[in-house]
This record gives sequence, structure tokens and C-alpha cells, in this order.
Amino acid sequence: MVSLSIRDIRKSFGATEVLKGISIDVEPGEFLVLVGPSGCGKSTLLNLIAGLEKITSGEIHIGEHLVNRVSPKDRDIAMVFQSYALYPNMTVRKNISFGLEIRKMPKPEIEKTVKKVASMLQIQELLDRKPSQLSGGQRQRVAMGRALARNPSVFLFDEPLSNLDAKLRVEMRTEIKMLHQRIATTIVYVTHDQIEAMTLADRIAIMKDGMVQQLDSPRNVYENPANLFVAGFIGSHSMNLIPSRVVKSGEAVCLIMKTGKKTAMIPIAHNKHVLDSWVNRDIILGLRPEQISDGFPNEAENDQIHSIESRVDVIEPTGPDTLVFVKINEKKVTCRVHPNAAKRPGQTMKLMLDMSSAIFFDPNTELQIS
Amino acid sequence: MNDQVFYAAPKTAGVIAGRVFIYGLLILMALYFLLPFIVMVLTSLKTMEDIRTGNLISWPREFSLDAWKAAWGSACIAVECNGVKVYFWNSVKIAVPAVTISTLIGAANGYVFSKWKFWGSEVLFSSLLLGCFIPFQAILLPMAQTLGTLGLSQSIAGLILVHIIYGLAFTTLFFRNYYVTIPDEIIKAARIDGAGFFRIFWKILLPVSTPIFVVCVIWQTTQIWNDFLFGVVFSAGGNQPITVALNNLVNTSTGIKEYNVDMAAAIIAAIPTLLVYIVAGKYFMRGLTAGAVKG
Repeated sequence: MVSLSIRDIRKSFGATEVLKGISIDVEPGEFLVLVGPSGCGKSTLLNLIAGLEKITSGEIHIGEHLVNRVSPKDRDIAMVFQSYALYPNMTVRKNISFGLEIRKMPKPEIEKTVKKVASMLQIQELLDRKPSQLSGGQRQRVAMGRALARNPSVFLFDEPLSNLDAKLRVEMRTEIKMLHQRIATTIVYVTHDQIEAMTLADRIAIMKDGMVQQLDSPRNVYENPANLFVAGFIGSHSMNLIPSRVVKSGEAVCLIMKTGKKTAMIPIAHNKHVLDSWVNRDIILGLRPEQISDGFPNEAENDQIHSIESRVDVIEPTGPDTLVFVKINEKKVTCRVHPNAAKRPGQTMKLMLDMSSAIFFDPNTELQIS
Repeated sequence: MNDQVFYAAPKTAGVIAGRVFIYGLLILMALYFLLPFIVMVLTSLKTMEDIRTGNLISWPREFSLDAWKAAWGSACIAVECNGVKVYFWNSVKIAVPAVTISTLIGAANGYVFSKWKFWGSEVLFSSLLLGCFIPFQAILLPMAQTLGTLGLSQSIAGLILVHIIYGLAFTTLFFRNYYVTIPDEIIKAARIDGAGFFRIFWKILLPVSTPIFVVCVIWQTTQIWNDFLFGVVFSAGGNQPITVALNNLVNTSTGIKEYNVDMAAAIIAAIPTLLVYIVAGKYFMRGLTAGAVKG
């Protein structure tokens, strides 16, 4: 059983194809986040699901029904917009009840629903105000209340937090997550912010150029990106992508790493067979900043931790960690080290590489080598 | 803390002199611009005797409303001697329906052109805008032919139709530009909520359209009330609007020129547009800028 099924959706505006065959199945109660840079087609996809735009080809099923030719109001969906899109001439109460009145819900029932939604979102005191008298966060709540009141089978969120300031955005993010845990209704949520995607989603669909690059759980997307784009997009300090040559040294498969005048051979242990066919060729090594540090607590038992030495170019203290920028194979590399261990720019620092979760990419196809 | 004490400039002689100069200049300019109107009012209150013997800006020796009464009820226009009242009401009968209908259609047009764009709607809108730039004179002949075909020539209904058609270009432009500033997402939200084309218009857009309605009504009232060309071409006899009647009254070539009656009639003809502007003028300014600046 699926709640929402998108099958080979294509969408063209004139000659430009913005969605090039997208297929996603969403389970009931799942929180799916569509994330990607602007222009990747994520908002278009949401509009297609809502029925606000016509699809060029493909099928959309909501619940059991094929909804290609069903109008937005009959699709059993509700949508929350980036600009909140509250009706400016109506009070909050009227904004929430507008859709219910059109659907001819009996008056007492409407009142009950409005009350329930208002208490769920803590906007009871705002019911008689106009949208212009509300703050951004309050407007956002009302917009969610309007969607909740309809009790649809799928919620669509179109960058709902983008217009809020940073602090409020973090608060509302948590609230949306709590709300989802409470109502357990399917949500499709569009954002360009990968942190929002990571924190909210059950599954993330990373989109670029009208195609889904990877559809997976936040953890998998982070640890096991399918290609270079996903590796660079997910993570607030992107994964280090270091071009390296694969060589064979005795039995071991090694990567060559140059730091200034020094050259280190770093052996690959955990999945070395995948690199067997790459000996004497170049690959791209993917290492998260936290996998390059001044030391690891499990150094003793983990035999895949290796050290290199490099000159520090720049440091950026963030509080709990300090980011140290060095060069490996002529590529700028971010390392996350303990503030006390960070050396000053110009000094040489010993860095430990944890290769146990390193991943490798084919420099030509940009796909992960596995 | 007393803000006035804190921020007011010290009252030195130079500051005071500057103020006096500025206000003096402003009052002088205001008087200069008001002078023609003052002369009109004064002349309309004089007797003919007074006008003949006094000069243009002299104060009336005695105030008399006779000229006003004559202008309204007994002055001779062409062969009828019933004053301008019939024509005044003609103008009302033309302006009220023409303003109402052209504004409402303009609102509906603007709604479609901004929120329900269809294939070719931009081209259609652009060609509609041409209507703002076509000189009145260019359409007189085809319009006369059209009115003739419709059986409306020389009638008030025909004049109303002409004004509605000619007004649509402007009213559509006003409403379209105003509705463009209303986010499309509100329309999308309403569609998902289940509202259709007309419900969105009535329940969501019209309630927030007051400023642009005021602009449209002032604009159209002024245009239609002050129109002379269409009035003189497309109406005749007892169906003429007040602008045409005023011309016939003033330009008469028989009898003595009664300047006081002419002035009174001219003021009567100007009162409605003046009133509209005085009552709704500040909304006019607000409405004109409402579309331009977001917020």
C-alpha cells in the first residue's frame, strides 16, 4: 500500500524539459523531503502533485486513485506555501474555515475543527486577528492550521520555513517534526536547505536538473552518497573530494596523498577489492571533515586510521570544533579538529585520516565506485 | 524627555525669516493657481450691471444668486430656455452607469489577465492597452457607424456604450497591475481549498481591491464627466451632456453675453469632479502608489 505514487513524471515548459522522468513511491505516514538547488524542479514536482500544473506525461496516484485529471480540490491534499498565502481580508478563524465551508461541512463541526487545530498549534488567541496583525512565525502556524483543518491524506509543504529568520526556522522545524509524529500523515516537503532535509525526513530525494539523484534515508544519503553531486550537496561542510591515484604496494591497495613536499601512501582495507580494477588510475576519494581530525577515541583498535602531515592554510573556530583547511593533492581539504589541537596558519599539523568509511568516486561518471 | 525640546531647531531670527519666506511663497503660489477659480466665483455672484461697470477682479457690490438660478433653470441653450439642469442630469445618467460598468468589467479583466493567464493572454492584454493611446478622433467615424448599426446613435445609451468601451483599456490596466502584486500563491491556496474562478474573485480579491476601485472610479468619473468630443459627436438635442450644453450656452451668438450666468454654469459643470477629487483624493494617491511599491 502506498499513499502517493509518482510514476515516470515528465514536465516541459515549451521546449525545456524541467522534470525528466521521476518515479517515487511514498508510504503512508512517511515524511519525504525533496531537496536540491534552485531550478532543479522540486517545486514544479510539488505543484504537479497538487494539481496546480498539468503533467506532460506520467502518472500520479494518491491513495488508490489516479489523479492526473483530478482538480486540486478533489485530490485530498493540503498545501503550505513559502509566502504563507493567507487570505488577507479574512480573520485567522475564517482562513482556517474557508476550505471547510466550501466543502459544506456543518457549522458546529467547523467550529470544533477550528478549535482543535488552534489548540494544536497554540494560536487560540489569534483567531480573530487579520494576517497583517501577525508575525511571520504566527502566519506560518496559521498556514499550517489551514492545511491541518482539512485533514487530507497528503500534506504538501513548499519551502515553508524559508521566509523566517534563522532562530525561528530552527524552532518551527522541530515543531513540524513533532506535528508529523502526532498526526502521522504523509508529508511531501520541498526545501533547498539540506539541514532541514536531514533533520525532518524519513527519506530524502535529492534532485538536480529534473532528475532524482538519490532517494534514501538521511543517514544513507550522508554516509553513502550515490554520486559526487549528492556528496557535495549533503552535509553542512561538504564532503572533501580529493583526487588520488590508486597504487599497489605489495598486497595492499594504497592511495597516494601529497601534502606539500611529503607524499604518503594510505592503505585501503575495508573495501579494497572495489579498487582492484583501479590500480594505477585516478579516483576521487570522499572523506567527511569529521573523518580527518587530530585524533580519534578508538585509535588503538581501529587499524584504518592513518596519519599525514600538512601545512595549515586557514583555521575557522566554530566553538565545539575548529575547522582546519589544508591542501592534499593540491585540493583544499576541510578537517574538523579539537580547538586545543588546532595549529596556527603556516604551521605543520599532524592529522589522522579515518579511512574506514571512506568512499570512492569514478572521476568520469561521477558515480560512487562499489 | 520632551522630544519637542530635544529636536526643535533653535528659534533664531534667521530660522524664523526662512519659515516666513517659505510659507509666504507657498501662499502666493496657491493664490496664483486659485485666481481663475476665484474670478469665476466672484463673477458668478455679480449682477450684469456690476460686471459692465466694474473690473474683472473687483469685489461684487452686492451678492446675487440670480445668475446661478438662471444658469440652472432658465438660461437659453439653443432654442430651449430651461438652463443646464436637464444636461446636468444627462451627464449623471451617462457617468454613473458608464463608470460602474467599465470599472466592474475592468476588475474582471484585470483578474483574468493577472491570475488566469491563458495562451495568448499577454498579446491580448497588450493589444487592449493600445486603447489607452489611440486618439479619440481616430475612432469617431467607425464608432458612429457601429452605433448606427446598433440603433443607438444620438442616444444616451450609445454614449454610455462608447465610454464603457473607451474606459476598459484604462480600468483593465489599473486592476491588472494591482492584482499582479497579490501573490499567486494565495490563488493556489484558494484553489486547493476548493474555491473556483468566481469565488476567488468575490471572496478573496474584491475585498482587498478598495484602493484600486477608488482610483478607477475617480479616473473614470473625471474622464467621462469632462468628455466633450464624444458628447458633441454622438448625442444631439436633449440628450447632450453638460459639457456640450455649457459650450452651447457660452458660445451663443445671439443676445448679450451674460458672463455671470456663464461662470455659474461652468462651476456647476465642474462641481461633481471637484467633489469626487476632494472626497476621495487621498485614496487616489494611495491607490496609485499601491501597485508600485510592495507592502
